[in-house]
Formats: sequence, structure tokens, C-alpha cells
Amino acid sequence: MAEMATSNNPNVQDVPRRKARDFHNVTAGWNFVLHLIAAVFSFICVFPFLFVVIISFTDEKTLATDGYRIFPAKWSFEAYRFVFQTGDALLRSYGVTILVTVMGTIISLVLISLYAYAISRSSFRYRRFFSVFAIITMLFNGGMIPTYMVVSQLLHMKDTIWALVLPLAMNAFYIMILRTFYSTSVPEAIIESARIDGAGDFYIFLRIVLPLSLPGLATIGLFSTLGYWNDWFNALLYIDNPNLVPLQSMLMRIENSIQFLQQNSQNSSLSMQALSSIPQDTSRMAMVVLATLPIIFAYPFFQRYFVQGLTVGAVKE
Amino acid sequence: MASFFKNILKNKVMLLMVLPGAIWFFFFSYLPLVGTIVAFKQYRFNREGFWASIVKSEWVGWQNFKFLFSGTDAWVITRNTLLYNIAFIFIGLVLSVAMAILLSQLVGKTMAKIYQTGMFLPYFLSWVIVGYFAFSFLSMDRGMLNQILGWFGMEKVQWYSDPKYWPYILIFVSLWKSIGYNSVVYLASILGIDKSLYEAAMIDGASKWQQIRSITIPMLSPIIIIMTLLAVGRIFYADFGLFYQVPRDSGTLYSVTNVIDTYVYRGLKTTGEIGMSTAAGLYQSVVGFVLVIVSNYIVRRLDKESALF
Repeated sequence: MAEMATSNNPNVQDVPRRKARDFHNVTAGWNFVLHLIAAVFSFICVFPFLFVVIISFTDEKTLATDGYRIFPAKWSFEAYRFVFQTGDALLRSYGVTILVTVMGTIISLVLISLYAYAISRSSFRYRRFFSVFAIITMLFNGGMIPTYMVVSQLLHMKDTIWALVLPLAMNAFYIMILRTFYSTSVPEAIIESARIDGAGDFYIFLRIVLPLSLPGLATIGLFSTLGYWNDWFNALLYIDNPNLVPLQSMLMRIENSIQFLQQNSQNSSLSMQALSSIPQDTSRMAMVVLATLPIIFAYPFFQRYFVQGLTVGAVKE
Repeated sequence: MASFFKNILKNKVMLLMVLPGAIWFFFFSYLPLVGTIVAFKQYRFNREGFWASIVKSEWVGWQNFKFLFSGTDAWVITRNTLLYNIAFIFIGLVLSVAMAILLSQLVGKTMAKIYQTGMFLPYFLSWVIVGYFAFSFLSMDRGMLNQILGWFGMEKVQWYSDPKYWPYILIFVSLWKSIGYNSVVYLASILGIDKSLYEAAMIDGASKWQQIRSITIPMLSPIIIIMTLLAVGRIFYADFGLFYQVPRDSGTLYSVTNVIDTYVYRGLKTTGEIGMSTAAGLYQSVVGFVLVIVSNYIVRRLDKESALF
């Protein structure tokens, strides 16, 4: 890593060093072209979100005549006013998503970290059996329909919060990543000396192994958090009860009808409103914006963990 | 027998640690494996539950598979799944590596960080959100694309009912969502390349382009090969969200948007052909299994550490 800090790294170097022919950096002209390409591509990646924000602030009637415009003729806050007025459905969905995400992330971290630790210890007699037991699930799975049958007919989890939490709780791939992480970041000698001092397996795990593998746990935890926050598939399969609809799934349902909001709003004065006066299109987009905002604010701070994710398991011993 | 119990007792703490996870695997991975037997049955739902439904359904042998493969469905969904994944893997690879190299060459670190953060955004969004994004461009009467066509005096296009555009749209959307993430991952390994290699090349008068060709790409090739082979192992599995949310489940588009996963889902939720859909799922699992084994074998030969198992 030390080399990266030296001035020879083209990325780190900001001080211009002009020579007749500088092989460290691309020429000024090329640099401009490269900047342009990267800037255009990252703009393309961000633009659809900005566009949806603009649509959500457009006046509904302007939208009907002009379509979706980057510079709408008339701006309006009507959509947000409507969404907040009928907000209990949105709030409830937020609540469901937050509950599922918190529960799910905690449960999966507990399950995965324990399982991975046990199969990383050479003193565990059945480590091979349980490694294989996990790996087989990566190779071969029963598929969507048998899983659906187990969850709905055997475990009877349909229309319960567990149908949103448990199916995503474990993943053999994360176990393998964490197992590699333990074996590379926790020196065997530390564990051995703790054992000689009379520490039990569980104590070693809690007091020594977990603190040393926090970066690995953070990575797995964040992957898991993102997975739960963005999940709509389990709701599509298992949830009919409108009180248990998570955010992403709610966005799918309003796609079909904004009346969903009204029907599920306790605010009865709204149902008197003529359907035509509801800012349908713009409030849909406003909900998309409101559902995306937490991610937009959070991801820049966590992105490095997601890069680590793929490489963390591949660290060589 | 006595020694078996002694071993259990000796390992009891570790066994307790794997127990919750093992129970999860049992219910969510192994019992569904047993459930695939439905692929060989004429499935009848029985209100006594999971086991009764499976046991009391009539055994029909390979009939579900015969039905599946006698129609055009099996061919269409296999073709779509494979061709889209091949396109995603190879176009995605070329563009991600190119973007990673480009980012590594930028002078000005702050700007490079800002670009990366921008490119990373789509990775964090759900397919539902991306579906809305696509709609803001593709909507028949309000979407941006039809407005742009209008400026040039061209006819509006019914994007959601004309299959011929969808291969391009789906490939574009998939790449849009994944290139940023993949290029940042590749960039991380470019930054890990020993700088003295470039030093030596510069002393010998190698140009930037020569350095990229003879140092960066060869040094990247192990990770490129491994990432690609792992993706090839998953080639029989489609990204359900992409194919379900972005085309808004439009029936007229099925010929180019139906993949194995969406086909199985519709069998469960719409058409109710449980036996045949389970058969399609089993077909996917079996072929997928062979592909994972083969590609993992190749990865193992290339670089033992990167293999899945």
C-alpha cells in the first residue's frame, strides 16, 4: 500500500509537473476527453432520478398537456401535499420496511456470523459436514414454487412479517465470505492463547473474534440492509394484507391505482374528493422520490463497503 | 454410539452456533428441494397443507416436462435467458473494464470520486424504482423519448407494446444499473497493481496506451476471468426484477421479455400451471447446477483461492 502514497501514482498526484513529455499523466487534451466521458456517464446514471424529482414537482395539468419535461411550464407542490395528506399508508409502508430491515439485518448477522465462525474453527469436529451443508444450497435450489409452498403451506407465514424477514435471512455466499474473513483477520495464535487462559468458545467468539472482524460484519450487514430495503419480491409472493405492504411493494401497487392510497387512508374526507382532482401521475412520482431519498442520502457514506464486499472474501492468506 | 454422543458433547458450543443457521437451511433450502418432486406430479392443492398436497397429487412422471418442451415456451424462455445474459456479461465486461481504466487515468482525484459516486447510484436502487425511471422515458403520451421523436417530426412509438425495441432497452437498462458498480470493483484492483511496473515501463519510454495494454489489462485478467466465469455459472438464472418491472409485465412483450424466472412466477401466480412451472424451475436448477460446477472447476484450475468451493 505504501507505493500508493508516492507521487508516481497518476491518481493521487494533483500537482502538475510539466515536462516535454510526461508519461505519468495523460496529456491535457486526453485528460479533458476522459473527464468528459466519465462526467457524461455519471450524469446518465443520476439523471433519471433528477428527472423523476422534476416530474413530482410539476403541475398535474401541465403534465397532461406537455408530458414529462425537464423544464416544466408550471411547478407545483400539490403532489407532495396530497401524499402527506393521505400519508398514513405511506407512513405505514415506511414503518413496515424499517421494521423488516432492522429485524432482518440483525437476524441475518447473528445467523451468518455464528455459522461462519463455527465452520471456520479447525477444532470443530463437524466443520466439513456443515460447510458442505451450506455450499450445496449455492449449487442447487428447489426454485420459486417449492419455496413458496414451504413458506405458505408448511410454515404458514403468508401475510405475516416473517415472510418478509426469514426468506432473505441466510445466504451461503455471505457465510463463505465471512468465513474467509475470520480466518484471515483473526490470528489463530490469539484464539489459542485465549483458550489456554481458560476462555470458552462462545466467549472467544464474542470478545475476540467479533471485534476483530467488524469490517467484514459491516460489509455483510450493509449488503443485507440494502437487500431488505429494496425487496419487493417476497411481498409480491406472500403479502396481501395492506397493513403489511413494504415500501417497494407499495410503489408497485400504486402503479396500478393511486386509489390504493385513498382506500387505505383513514382520512375519510378525502374519499369525497373527485377522482379527477387527484394528482395521480405526480403523486406517484413523489412517492418514488420519497422512497428513494433515504438511499440517496445514505449510500455515498457506505459505498466503500460495497466495493470491499466482492474482494473481502478473496483475500489471500 | 457412545463415542458419537461424546463427540456431540465435546462440540456442543459449536453445534449450538450452527444450529439456527442449519435449521434455516433445512426449511428454506432443503425442504424446497424435496418439493421439486411436484415437477413429476399433477399438482392439486390440499387444504391439509404442504405434505398432503404433495403426497396426494397424482404422479404423472415426465408428462410436465413433455408439455413444457413440446410447446414453444421452453425454447423462447431458454433463448431469452441465455442471450440476454450473454449480452450482459460481455458488453458489461468490456464497458466496465474500459470505464475502470478511464477512471484510473483521470488527473484530479476529487472529480474522479464524484464521478464514481454518481455511477454507483443505480446499483443501490430497486427494480421497482428503475421501472418508474424507465417509464418516465418510455411512456407513450408523456415520456421523454416520444417528445424527442416529436421534435424531429417522427411518429410516437408505443414502447410498451412493440417487442422489437425491447432487447435494446433491456440491455441498456441492465448495463446502466451494473456498469458503475463493476467498474468501481475493477478500479479497486487496478489501484492495487504494483506501481513499480509502470515506473519501469515509463523509463523504457512506453506510452500510456502501451502501459494499459501490456500492464493494466494483463494484471487485471485473473479477476476478469474469474468474475466472468462466475457470471457464466449463473447464466441460466435471469434477473427477475429487470424482466418483470421494467417492461411493466406487458403481455405483448412476452416474446422478448419472458425468461425462465418470469415464466415460473407466472405459472405460480397467473396461469396456475404449478406442475409445469415447477418442471421449468427444476430444468433451470439442473442445467444451472451443471454450469456452476463446470465454471467453478475452471476457476479452480486458474486460481484456487477464487473458487467458490
